[in-house]
Amino acid sequence: MPAYLIHLAILFSIYAILALSLNLIFGYTGLMSLAHAAFFGIGAYTVAILTTRYNFNFLSATLAGIIAAIILAALIGFVLSKFKGDYYTLGSLGFNFIIFATMLNLQNLTNGPLGIPGIPRPNFFGLDSSIDFNFLLLSTCCLLLVYLICRFIVNSSFGRALKAIREDEQALEIFGYNVRNFKFLVFVISAGLAAIAGSLFACFITYIDPTTFGSNESVFLWSIIILGGLANLRGSLLGALFLILLPEALRFVGFPENVAAQMRQLVYGLLLVILMMYRPQGLMGEYKL
Amino acid sequence: MKILETHNLTKHFDGVYAVNGLDIAFEQGAITGIIGPNGSGKSTLTNLLTGIFGFNHGTVMVEGVTLKKISAYKLPAFGITRTFQEVRLFEQMTILDNILVTLTSRHVFSSLFETHSKLHLKQAQEILEKIGLWEKKNQLAHNLSYGQRKLLEIGRVLAMDAKIILLDEPFAGLFAEMIKVIVKIIEELKQQGKTLVLIEHNMELIRELCDYLYVMDEGKLLAEGKPAGVLSEKKVVEAYLGE
Repeated sequence: MPAYLIHLAILFSIYAILALSLNLIFGYTGLMSLAHAAFFGIGAYTVAILTTRYNFNFLSATLAGIIAAIILAALIGFVLSKFKGDYYTLGSLGFNFIIFATMLNLQNLTNGPLGIPGIPRPNFFGLDSSIDFNFLLLSTCCLLLVYLICRFIVNSSFGRALKAIREDEQALEIFGYNVRNFKFLVFVISAGLAAIAGSLFACFITYIDPTTFGSNESVFLWSIIILGGLANLRGSLLGALFLILLPEALRFVGFPENVAAQMRQLVYGLLLVILMMYRPQGLMGEYKL
Repeated sequence: MKILETHNLTKHFDGVYAVNGLDIAFEQGAITGIIGPNGSGKSTLTNLLTGIFGFNHGTVMVEGVTLKKISAYKLPAFGITRTFQEVRLFEQMTILDNILVTLTSRHVFSSLFETHSKLHLKQAQEILEKIGLWEKKNQLAHNLSYGQRKLLEIGRVLAMDAKIILLDEPFAGLFAEMIKVIVKIIEELKQQGKTLVLIEHNMELIRELCDYLYVMDEGKLLAEGKPAGVLSEKKVVEAYLGE
């Protein structure tokens, strides 16, 4: 497989993990969280710091990243689970701002706007993932694992309750569900899964800086799952595939590199507007906004 | 025996009293009607009794247990369930899932490791067959007609198997055949010993179904007693019909 396609396939697997995990809270539970890029960043920064400064291996650093994301998600989730609708979205956006500002300003730890270079590619089962194809195997395994976890969740009674929260959380409470607990747990699970994507991203690119984890990234993740389809796991994969390949397609139609990058933002925005007008459930979605 | 009581129950919204010092009680195994003009506080009372709104003063007593605050999610523990004046289904879920969600585990962790059992499915089938929606079980709830939506809401009540059932205008907007189906279900629930609270504007049905009647006006109790007597009281006719 050409190196270029392998590169795209790895990026697809990372963003598909983010999309699947975001779909749990946004598509299934109806909680329009703008905090997802923050958990992506927490996973990435934890792995970057632990592997470059403390010689952690990939697995233990990733586990630490997941735990860090879970702890922070539990802290913010405790507050957010009291909210719904616009308040939830604004609260989660505030959290993303806080994490972004922390990455930018806690220079001793994060190296501020200069970012962290030299993040090592992991070795696993004797495979050297500095070879992109080996990294693709790793990221695909992670994607498969996350997909199975998400499928397990949405097919359970817990998943059914999440959908009911999305539809009418007050009515669900009447039937004996403490919806705050459900909202809290799905937020924490989703954050932990996003941290896996962060870990892969940091090790793949080998350099991270705060700009990748701002609120723009959260909106980009929204675009993926809205395009692919809310409350549909395969839709998340389709959305990730489409939006990862889109900038490449723009490049191929002849836009210069710098224009293609700007066009990316424009097309994402335009896509959201068109989808809301004509197909609010996305390409494969089961839920209309 | 009184199974559900309110004492000095009060709720105001920015100083406007929706329920004002209400003392009422519901007899176990009986159908108690609540009537009153629009804005008299009937639905607010239902919302207070089911934890949708918190009350400002007073207490609610369920089977002798005094409650100063009601959390909606604890209602099934007290054996209480309800329907809503405006039908509130889980619209973008299947009809079957609308029932299953009332049957499966409510515990956040155990629900993760459960889908639904054969027993849950059998119970759901019985209920959906009873309300005539089994054939449509895989359709989304928002595709149902108005009457079918009302029936599905009643179906969820049946699935809850609660001791106390509050029905907020269950017959509103229904045609005669559908009313007959719901009347039959209500009568069966009474035969099973359930306590029913019926908020309704249809006086014929109130006369037909209710054992006892409360009339509310401006958040207060205006009259109470056997339906035949209460409905002929002059103050009730004046308040309710504006005559």
